[in-house]
Amino acid sequence: MKIWLTVLLCLLLGVQGAWATSENRLSFDELYSGGGALGLRFSDKVLSFEGQHVVIRGFMAPPLKADADFFVLTREPVALCPFCQSDSDWPDNIMVVYLSEKQRFVQNNAVIEVEGDLEIGSWTDEHTGFVSQLRLRNATFHKL
Amino acid sequence: MKATVMMPLCLGMALLAAPAEAVPAIYPVDTARFLATSKFDFKVEFDRELSQTDIDVRINGKSVADVFGASPEFIKNEEGKGSAVILRNVSLKPGKYAVTVKDGKEESSANWDVYGTPSEASAKNVILLIADGLSMGHRTGARLLSKGVTNGMYNGYLSMDTLPYTGMLGTCSVDSIAADSANTASAYMTGHKSSVNAIGVYADRTKDPFDDPRQETIAELLRRKTNKSIGIVSDAEIEDATPAAVVSHTRLRSEKAAIVGMFADIRPEVLIGGGSAYFLPRTVPGSKRKDEKDYVEDFRKAGYTLATTRTELTEVMKNTPDRLLGLFHTGNLDGALDRKQLKKGTVSKFPDQPDLTDSMAAALKVLSKNPNGFFLMLEAGLVDKYTHPLDWERAIYDTIMFDKVVAQAQAFCDANPDTLLIVTGDHTHALSIIGTVDDNLPGELMRDKVGIYAAAGYPNYRDEDGDGYPDSVNVSKRLAAFIGNYPDHYETYRPKLDGPFVPAVKDENGHYIANAAYKDVPGAQFVPGNLPRTESTGVHAIDDLVVGARGPNADQIHGFMNSTEIFRIMTEALALGN
Repeated sequence: MKIWLTVLLCLLLGVQGAWATSENRLSFDELYSGGGALGLRFSDKVLSFEGQHVVIRGFMAPPLKADADFFVLTREPVALCPFCQSDSDWPDNIMVVYLSEKQRFVQNNAVIEVEGDLEIGSWTDEHTGFVSQLRLRNATFHKL
Repeated sequence: MKATVMMPLCLGMALLAAPAEAVPAIYPVDTARFLATSKFDFKVEFDRELSQTDIDVRINGKSVADVFGASPEFIKNEEGKGSAVILRNVSLKPGKYAVTVKDGKEESSANWDVYGTPSEASAKNVILLIADGLSMGHRTGARLLSKGVTNGMYNGYLSMDTLPYTGMLGTCSVDSIAADSANTASAYMTGHKSSVNAIGVYADRTKDPFDDPRQETIAELLRRKTNKSIGIVSDAEIEDATPAAVVSHTRLRSEKAAIVGMFADIRPEVLIGGGSAYFLPRTVPGSKRKDEKDYVEDFRKAGYTLATTRTELTEVMKNTPDRLLGLFHTGNLDGALDRKQLKKGTVSKFPDQPDLTDSMAAALKVLSKNPNGFFLMLEAGLVDKYTHPLDWERAIYDTIMFDKVVAQAQAFCDANPDTLLIVTGDHTHALSIIGTVDDNLPGELMRDKVGIYAAAGYPNYRDEDGDGYPDSVNVSKRLAAFIGNYPDHYETYRPKLDGPFVPAVKDENGHYIANAAYKDVPGAQFVPGNLPRTESTGVHAIDDLVVGARGPNADQIHGFMNSTEIFRIMTEALALGN
């Protein structure tokens, strides 16, 4: 019985994982479909995933605090912490990740995988004033 | 050590390192040398709460009200840090001024040297070309790659090599012997030294980044006193420190959204660069504003013609506009190596960016429409942006591009000899070229393939198409160049063909560690940093800058000068001090 339940659970989780992997996986190159100096355009894929659970891989930028409930996910490792430096700036294709619960900042020298509910549109973080266009809510992450 | 030995040592130290923060603090600071009739804010900060009657402030023995014609505001207690007096928007006639401040307990003094200018301008136009971070290594590297050498003789000179007047500039700051691009540009644009991160102000003690004691910028002087046009061009974000300093006043160069508003206040006839993210309302993807203000629309309404790609720029220049806004990137543009050859960086997202030479040509054309003349500041901003992360190949390609802009400016001067041209950087980097790296040399480690002295020989870059850039940066025998300060990183001894170098990334302890992305590059060698672990990239050097010039008043550029002299020489040529 126990084995059966475990198998069933694994199957269910596996199916869910596979579904997320095959259906709602985003990459940084797919966030915007062009645009230019007057603004970027969300891709059709991003727009079609609005409100859905998605998975994306990237690098965790150094957060304000090691234990923060949100961080910025970037395509490439960000050398600088734009929160901390006055003379640096974020790349424009970033994903802001709001964690379902606080997770400790991992050394960002490696790719991480993040999943959460995709939110689209301009939004200002009430604590930091940070403005973002793309967010993952109720998110979790893990190392690869 | 005996006290008798210590005493002369201490005395010597006191003489060498003048106290940056006198108490009470006086702004403009002691040693300030500035332009007569230019506006500035006068402020004195006391270190405790006082009553107004405790305070005695005198300028050449006279009261502040007698000297400036208005009484300063007395602030009883400024943010709990003590009393202050401030009087904004004042100016002085030429002369020497001694300021003395007494508060019953402490006293301090400041000496100012206020210079005038002739009544007649010797220059109609002034062009100031700045390659951010331009160091001797960049110049030499650009000459080696662009011109080449035969039997020890360079096959040609850079355009910047041929300027008739040459000098050296010292770039120290009010608060530090080191400097950043904010206060170095501020020195050129206001004639006052300032502090790291500050533009157009002295850094006072208050938190507000917009209330610090101001100095009038050259753009404000030109608007107030002349009918000349103003042009500001960069390939960095247009709100970045160097272009911002032409118009801005803020303690914090990172206040980029506010700096856009300061551009709108001055309305330079030509404004070309990246950084459109701060012009767009926050609802637009790609915006970095926190409000709904749409500055693209604001400039359009003010009569500006807009170009957002190289193609659009070419198109709008067919009928030269009176006012030109060029915004070609949400952030910094890509440099010459990525745009012309490698197609990395952000070139795939912004495939149609102008070269700095395109922007220069457009700027000169628009500005030349004004019969009264113009002031143009152009910055090659990426020389610094690439040198910081130790990506010297990209920095040298952009130095070659900058030199092509210098050649354009020299051609303009040939046709318009009433133009003062000044060519320089704003601070240096510790970049040195020491030989070659030869893949075909024997050796297990890449460092064994570094050719030095006689073994360096000559690199094998080629420029078959004659465009002044090597056809490939990745040749088998290339320059060996090193930057003298760095975080932990992997030295690959090769150009970074996949995109600009990111030498270090931050770990969970706030320390920068070598970026593992380069660990497996063949021959990569771990180099432990020699900077504090909080530093992500190389830092500016305090080494002197080279400055070259031609045209009216250029003969004043010679020997060693403090960087503020550039402002004096420009404003004297334009007769802005009377």
